[in-house]
Amino acid sequence: KVGILMKILVNRKEYEVEIDPATPLLWVIREQCGLTGTKFGCGIGQCGACTVQLDGDPVRSCLTPVQQAVDKEITTIEGIAPGETELHIVQQAWIEEQVPQCGYCQSGQIMAAHALLTSNPAPTDKDIDLAMRGNICRCGTYSRVRKGIKRAAGAMSTAGITKDLDHGEMD
Amino acid sequence: MGKWTRRAFITTGVLTGGALVIGVAIRPGNRAGKVKDMIASEGETVLNIWLKIAADNTITVIVPHAEMGQGVHTTLPMMLADEMDADWKTVQMMEAPGHKQYANYALVRGFIMGRKDIPAILTGTVDGLFLAATRQMSIQITGGSGSVRFTGMYAMRVAGAAARAVLLEGAAKEWNVQVNELTVKDSYISHKASDRSAPFAEFVPRAADLSQPSKPRLKTTDEFKIMGTSPPRFDIPEKVNGKADFGIDVVVPGMKYAAIKASPVFGARLKPVGDAAIKGIAGVHKIVNLENAVAVIADGYWLAKTALEKIPVAFEESVHDAVGQDNIYEQYLKDMDAAIADGNELEDLQKGDVDGTLADAANVVEAQYRVPYLAHATMEPMNCTALVEKDRCTLWGGSQNPLGFVSSVAEALDLDTENVMFHNRYLGGGFGRRAMEDVAVQAALIAREVAYPVKLIWSREEDIRQDHYREANVSRFKAAMNDQGRVTAWNNQFVFKHDPEEAPHIPYGIDHQFIHYTESDTHVPWGYWRSVDSSMHAFFTESFMDELAYKANKDPYRFRREHLVRAPRFLKVLDLAAEKAQWDLSLPDNWGRGISIHQSFGTVVAQVAEIEITEEGLKVHRVVCVADPGFAFHPDGFKAQMESGIVFGLTAALYGEITIENGSVKQSNFHDYKMVRINESPNIKSYVIQSDNWPGGAGEPSTPGIAPAVTNAVFDATGIRIRELPVKNHDLVAKSLKLG
Repeated sequence: KVGILMKILVNRKEYEVEIDPATPLLWVIREQCGLTGTKFGCGIGQCGACTVQLDGDPVRSCLTPVQQAVDKEITTIEGIAPGETELHIVQQAWIEEQVPQCGYCQSGQIMAAHALLTSNPAPTDKDIDLAMRGNICRCGTYSRVRKGIKRAAGAMSTAGITKDLDHGEMD
Repeated sequence: MGKWTRRAFITTGVLTGGALVIGVAIRPGNRAGKVKDMIASEGETVLNIWLKIAADNTITVIVPHAEMGQGVHTTLPMMLADEMDADWKTVQMMEAPGHKQYANYALVRGFIMGRKDIPAILTGTVDGLFLAATRQMSIQITGGSGSVRFTGMYAMRVAGAAARAVLLEGAAKEWNVQVNELTVKDSYISHKASDRSAPFAEFVPRAADLSQPSKPRLKTTDEFKIMGTSPPRFDIPEKVNGKADFGIDVVVPGMKYAAIKASPVFGARLKPVGDAAIKGIAGVHKIVNLENAVAVIADGYWLAKTALEKIPVAFEESVHDAVGQDNIYEQYLKDMDAAIADGNELEDLQKGDVDGTLADAANVVEAQYRVPYLAHATMEPMNCTALVEKDRCTLWGGSQNPLGFVSSVAEALDLDTENVMFHNRYLGGGFGRRAMEDVAVQAALIAREVAYPVKLIWSREEDIRQDHYREANVSRFKAAMNDQGRVTAWNNQFVFKHDPEEAPHIPYGIDHQFIHYTESDTHVPWGYWRSVDSSMHAFFTESFMDELAYKANKDPYRFRREHLVRAPRFLKVLDLAAEKAQWDLSLPDNWGRGISIHQSFGTVVAQVAEIEITEEGLKVHRVVCVADPGFAFHPDGFKAQMESGIVFGLTAALYGEITIENGSVKQSNFHDYKMVRINESPNIKSYVIQSDNWPGGAGEPSTPGIAPAVTNAVFDATGIRIRELPVKNHDLVAKSLKLG
């Protein structure tokens, strides 16, 4: 027998998977749910390419056993936009700043940036360093990642999206 | 060794495989008819093999290169569209199919196998363009910073101009007017006198029957409308929403997954593993024994990987089992000494009388430098999906060299290349690694053992340990300098020579030079690594120039200037870098500034790095980069490549080190093969000089110069000369930090 039957909630959609509960969430998302935007990079939590959000917190899906994600809301790069044909402000900023090169790490970068901006709508350079240092980019798009985050922060503040957020985590 | 470099050697491999893609001369009776079925949908007309026009007047440009972040899927269509006077808003791209119907075997054979340069007289013509473009594009290799400067210049622009010419001719016939009375703008042709205007599409039926000009007129720089602007890249929208399809994302119905472990000691043979090792593990199907690797096939990648970790894997003994990094360096030095003693140095560049000048010199300066092996560590680990059915093989993946993959797989499976099909996807980083076909061959050999498609994914550990490495190298210098601080002789010896040809050459006006190398083979596989030989020679030559400057008691920027009086292009780049970096502005304690200049792939790049030694170590604060690529066709993309190359080179300079221990690679993942991260990434300011020189490359030329700019800055700050990379191995803090 391959595993046990589990239900997980990815991007507000329920998936039923039969799998070894120790399997990293990464492979369940990619192979069982068919959502390939989340990438495999290192398998040891060093590069951030596999970043997804569990109840809004960025986690390394390559190190997160799928059983830890049961009863939690899993969000992947495919799930942050408000609709099929729309983009999230962070994604829009990424296009405007022409951030990606090869693009492979960018799902992880965007998921980490999205989580950062949700908890800290006006991050300083230092905040960005701390939140994004776990995400490696071999193409060296770091300066544009930074610009993308700042542009998104500006757009979110203009749109009033962040005004109701709890600012408690800021210094 | 001459001009027959290893990059060209790949070409030969492809040629012997019989499959290559090359542009076809644009003339009636050409092969466009044969490729038509592959690239055209209903209602589209293939005007020549690089473009098609649809009934709604949209233009699709066929691009024979892989997109790996360098923006080539956008820049090449820009070049064609501009020459055509097309409306950029209605231009699309598609990647060319990898198929030998695109090949013009005879031409390639004549010009590549014949090892001839393209006669200058041919380069601007429709026929000549393909001859020249063959070097890069024929084999569909994406590398050597060559897409724009070869395919773009020789194929895209000429094809666009030729298409424009026949469309005009078609319109003139249709309207019964003279061609010179017509104008073209935004994919419309107009005749002012009769106040007529119609889209390209209207003239396509007539144009398709016309013979395209063999030498269409190309635009001059001042006529460019699209080239030299920076429209948004085509590939970016799907790279922000998870939709971009990389090799690793391929889904084929019925597919299973494979994990693999190859011999840690390169070349050692596997002791075959029996299927009993996986018996009873649910979802795990098969063990495949290859010559030097074992693979496990399972329902999911995690299952395959964990099963592989559980089975006992052993390899035969190898003569390389005891080789360590120090042995390799010792061997290099021994071979280098022997080459000199025996007088059989391989000559790279020889002019004047180096020995005589050194013998009579007022000052002789010597230094020896060393760089380690480097892995590519593309963010997307190596992978390939394969399906083998009777006499055919279908492959999916990301490749800088799709036809090389096809021919190697055909050879491994003993199939006709006609029956091997490779479907290219986005590349999650290339840097040269994805020109190597090893993973495709493995995937095919594994899939041959089963009746379903198999997706083979390497672990990161496999990726680091089974790479084709930028070689470790040693470079030794001896220079003569007169009392005025002018270098008069330059003797440089190193190990190995690949590409680019000019990597060890210096732009400085030094009359007596002897640059030579020796071969010193090891069992460690070699591969193209972003900027190839330049990745180390810029560090060697620009560090040594810096040492000479300090010996001469001169400012390193001005010292370089004095040796560049006969190289105005370099001088301009160097001066602008010094100016933008405010070279003469003094810095606080523990800060330093370093400069470098190097030409590679036709682009001259100068860099100034500003660093600080803090209690935590070296911090690179700022890099000013000035590049003269001749012309940057997409300036924003060009700057992105400068930034990219610098971060890539900085990672190598600060941390990059692959060490051989017991015949195998010691490092395994990002914890011990460290990358520069966002918090260590400097503020990079790039400036582009549009000099109108022949276009140079973008993807590689900024990588070489960052290491010497940084280590020269370290010397400026601390007086410590780093002669061996990476910087992490040097304890700068304890030795140099001036506290308080």
